[in-house]
Amino acid sequence: MANVALDPHAAIATTASGVGAALTTADGKPLARALARSQRRARRRAFFLVLPLLAFILITFVIPIGQMLQRSFYNDGFSRNMPEVSAWFASTERGTDPDEAAWAALAADLTAAAEARTIGMVGTRINYDLSGARSLFTSTGRSLRGGLEPPYREALLEINEGWDNPMLWSVMREASRPYTANFYLAAVDRTRDEDGRIQQVDERQQVYVMLFMRTFWLSLLITGLTFLLGFPIAHLLATLPMRKSNLLMILVLLPFWTSLLVRTTSWMVLLQQQGVVNDVLVWLGVIGNDQRLQMIYNQTGTIIAMTHILLPFMVLPLYSVMRTINPSYVRAARSLGATSWTAFRRIYFPQTLPGLGAGALLVFILAVGYYITPALVGGSSGQLISNMIAMHMTSTLNWSMAAALAALLLASVLVLYWLYDRLVGIDNLKLG
Amino acid sequence: MALPSYASPLERAWHYLYLVICGLIFFFLIAPIVVIIPLSFNAEPFFTFTPAMRSLDPDGFSLRWYQSLLTFGMQNPDSEGWAFWSDAWANAHWIKAAKNSVIIGFFATLVATVLGTLAALGLSRPEMPYRRAIMAILISPMIVPLIITATGMFFFYSNPCELLNLIGLQPQCGRLAGTYLGVILAHATLGIPFVIITVTATLVGFDQSLNRAAASLGASPRVTFFRVTMPLILPGVIAGALFAFVTSFDEVVAVLFIAAPEQQTIPRQMWNGIREQISPAILAVATLLVIFSIALLTTVELLRRRSERIRGLTPQ
Repeated sequence: MANVALDPHAAIATTASGVGAALTTADGKPLARALARSQRRARRRAFFLVLPLLAFILITFVIPIGQMLQRSFYNDGFSRNMPEVSAWFASTERGTDPDEAAWAALAADLTAAAEARTIGMVGTRINYDLSGARSLFTSTGRSLRGGLEPPYREALLEINEGWDNPMLWSVMREASRPYTANFYLAAVDRTRDEDGRIQQVDERQQVYVMLFMRTFWLSLLITGLTFLLGFPIAHLLATLPMRKSNLLMILVLLPFWTSLLVRTTSWMVLLQQQGVVNDVLVWLGVIGNDQRLQMIYNQTGTIIAMTHILLPFMVLPLYSVMRTINPSYVRAARSLGATSWTAFRRIYFPQTLPGLGAGALLVFILAVGYYITPALVGGSSGQLISNMIAMHMTSTLNWSMAAALAALLLASVLVLYWLYDRLVGIDNLKLG
Repeated sequence: MALPSYASPLERAWHYLYLVICGLIFFFLIAPIVVIIPLSFNAEPFFTFTPAMRSLDPDGFSLRWYQSLLTFGMQNPDSEGWAFWSDAWANAHWIKAAKNSVIIGFFATLVATVLGTLAALGLSRPEMPYRRAIMAILISPMIVPLIITATGMFFFYSNPCELLNLIGLQPQCGRLAGTYLGVILAHATLGIPFVIITVTATLVGFDQSLNRAAASLGASPRVTFFRVTMPLILPGVIAGALFAFVTSFDEVVAVLFIAAPEQQTIPRQMWNGIREQISPAILAVATLLVIFSIALLTTVELLRRRSERIRGLTPQ
């Protein structure tokens, strides 16, 4: 029977001589080995139960994200389609002026790319770092149909003077190496000048650092607001008798179960200039009919809607911790002469910290990556970094830039996730 | 929460102020969801209560937005009887979207629930190796920003074989992007963390000696699972499945990135409606979805109570 080896407790048999001899199982094997074997088997069984899902998540989630991140430092849009000029760049020092060999290589590559119809792709890649380059490449491509005659420099300059731009050659040199950190530089508003030195981009074009700051600042603000709003009601829910608190809990859980788009839509409707909130304010006489507030399509809209949407994620962990707090500690403090404020501050509040930490981290993690709500109610001042990633994915098609921004965002989320696991434990994540 | 009898007048005042503040916060939570319901019956194309509505005049209310939902996309909205309904079933955009949402949600839930429950059973065993790390990976689809997940999926589903090409294989495979299968797999991935969380939470209170008792009475592991373990954890599994379904039913970012127009779902149709020209018809959809979530919430709440009862945990 396999069961004998499986369950050593049932089959322990000491040898007749007893003292000093090793313990063995009923069929004479050393007990220690039998135990180790059965434990190994149990570990394997547990692992095989998890394996299908682990493989599924690795294939459909972890590897795709890894693949996407690879684009943030690998882009062969130039080097693959322009092999000869890339080889020339590889064989010369940075800062070398293009000689006739370089011009010949460029002309050959451009002709080949124009025939293979990849010249637009090449132009797009250069355009990431030098605006206007795409039209230079495509217009040159159109005039290249018959091939070029040497001297190539003059021939290309005749088609378009733009080829003589040292910045263009510097950008092409950067792009000729498929592995590059330039997208990360761009993601922190840095760029390379003609000599390859790193410097800040023009002040009017600095967007990303500001967007990261705004994302973190708004997430922090929203976390603070959910704490201010969530703490009192979590406390009320935790101290009311179970019957009443279950009823009130529905008011927290219903928004939690309601579609995100529905909640965002209701805020769009409520906060409009001709919407219910403005109507009520006018009716109450707080503001005049001609002073209706602009509360949507700006940061205010993003803050209000996201606070509402994320509030349940703060209330639920706070509530589950507050339920376990023994009220006699506060009573003891009061009986020893503490005022109700002191008793709250010194006795009650410190005991809620685990729930507060869990809720705050969860809200912050979710807020940092929010996309839908800012996209719909944020206008231009309420956009977050996620919206910039989406823009690069869908409209500018600078996928490497999107990947670099995504990598920075992901890194910060993973640090917070690690912190959450250390402080709270993923096992303690509760829903509803 | 009652005030203690020794409370001072100041404390009493503060207590009532506190109750008022809590009332206002509850109002903030629930009002936006409730207020769209009457607004969806507006007879005018406005997003506010018209004077006729405020005076409860029946003329101020109408079902026109619900009707426009049904007829939007129909070929012959003026037909009657059977012809009208079969036309609506086949062509109305919102009905098509609802059908897609249900199909995708159903299969995504199935995949997520089966794989997730199996994994939760493994993760709940004390001898599971690398438990913490594996759990962290399996929960991560809930934590990683959706836009990053969707971007990764966009590249992967456009060319799922790129991965095999890297290791030298040259298999033939089509795109997963723009297919039902692709959207189902993506939504299953996003729903899995919820199944894991709810089922492992149920298994925490599960008495392992019941399994040993079944085994000692001669039941095979399979029989033990289906006759002993499964009935006890079923409420948790169903709750997890509902979470996974809602996740899929409400998901728009992955659909925007990897689905083709044939896989139009309700959230994507709403997204388009909101971005282009928001009309009270959106409020009619929103109202229907709120009713749907009330039904789901009730189910989950009943399940939770049942689960606590059969596991012998009474609410304290």
